Amino acid sequence: MQFTRLSIALAASLLAMSAQAQVTVKDAWVRATVPQQKATGAFMQIQATQDSKLISASSPLTPHVEVHEMSMQGDVMKMRQVADIALPAGKTVELKPGGYHVMLLDLKQQVKEGASVPLTLVIENKDGKRESIEVKAPVRALNTSSHAGGHKH
Amino acid sequence: MNAMFSRRSLLAATAASALSLTACDRKTRVTYKGIDLTGATYATDFQLTDPQGKERRLADFRGKAVLVFFGFTQCPDVCPTALARAAEVKRLLGADGERFQTLFITIDPERDTPEVLQAYTAAFDESFIGLYGDLPRTQQTANDFKVFYKKVPTGASYTMDHSSLSYVYDPQGRLRLALRHEQSPEDYAQDLRKLLQSTPT
Repeated sequence: MQFTRLSIALAASLLAMSAQAQVTVKDAWVRATVPQQKATGAFMQIQATQDSKLISASSPLTPHVEVHEMSMQGDVMKMRQVADIALPAGKTVELKPGGYHVMLLDLKQQVKEGASVPLTLVIENKDGKRESIEVKAPVRALNTSSHAGGHKH
Repeated sequence: MNAMFSRRSLLAATAASALSLTACDRKTRVTYKGIDLTGATYATDFQLTDPQGKERRLADFRGKAVLVFFGFTQCPDVCPTALARAAEVKRLLGADGERFQTLFITIDPERDTPEVLQAYTAAFDESFIGLYGDLPRTQQTANDFKVFYKKVPTGASYTMDHSSLSYVYDPQGRLRLALRHEQSPEDYAQDLRKLLQSTPT
């Protein structure tokens, strides 16, 4: 009897766990700025175990944090704020130069190489349940190249 | 009278076609990774201010191959990538790197003050020069270069759509190439080496 109750309890807690999006954030970084530069970008790789989406980001660095997508139309670069970034289950979604990024706007101070920027990402799963992920993104040099050797497809 | 005229014009025509054939030969022998703009009648010069307040023209850089990129410092992606690539190109050129000048023209002079421009370009390479003009001069320069840019409101502020082509002038100050953002530093360096080697200093 006790064993059954235990297994039911265990099963219930497992179900509860799977309701969370289970998000991993890897290789987060923020591009450094020069003094008086007002904006920069944060990049990272996000993976969720369930179909979810990144709906917002925030940081103590500035009240103005937006999620953006960069797209090239011919040779013209366009950057637009997006409402969310889809995180299909099990897929690693890259926020990287050339695509999505988190914009940190209206900076009041320089973002220096070697510092660490705290970011809070809000992920929403398909049931509308939200969770916050805390990330500490190291600041890399302004002239960081994302592609070693510069080879692009 | 008619016979003389026609002989002269025939000679002239032959000479002209011979010359153009030779020019054709020279052109078709060298191929570039970038878009060949040789002979373009636009973007022949600019008149902008450097962060020290000095007026600059393309002629100031005669003797060097010049790369011109239009961008803005609030750009988290394309602009730093373009300037980092230019720095890498300078490194790849080795000793010839001294004959390579990169210019960063801001399309956002309202936010890109001289101080910001100076610090920004220096972060990529001490030799790079940021250039600016007031709003009308910026518009005029961009029009002349056929560079598209547009202010776009975004959430709290604004961003800029802009062309991501890098324009390259040979050491004689002639517009020669447009290199695309997708191309690698090696592609850029290869084209620049050709321009630096083929034209006499």
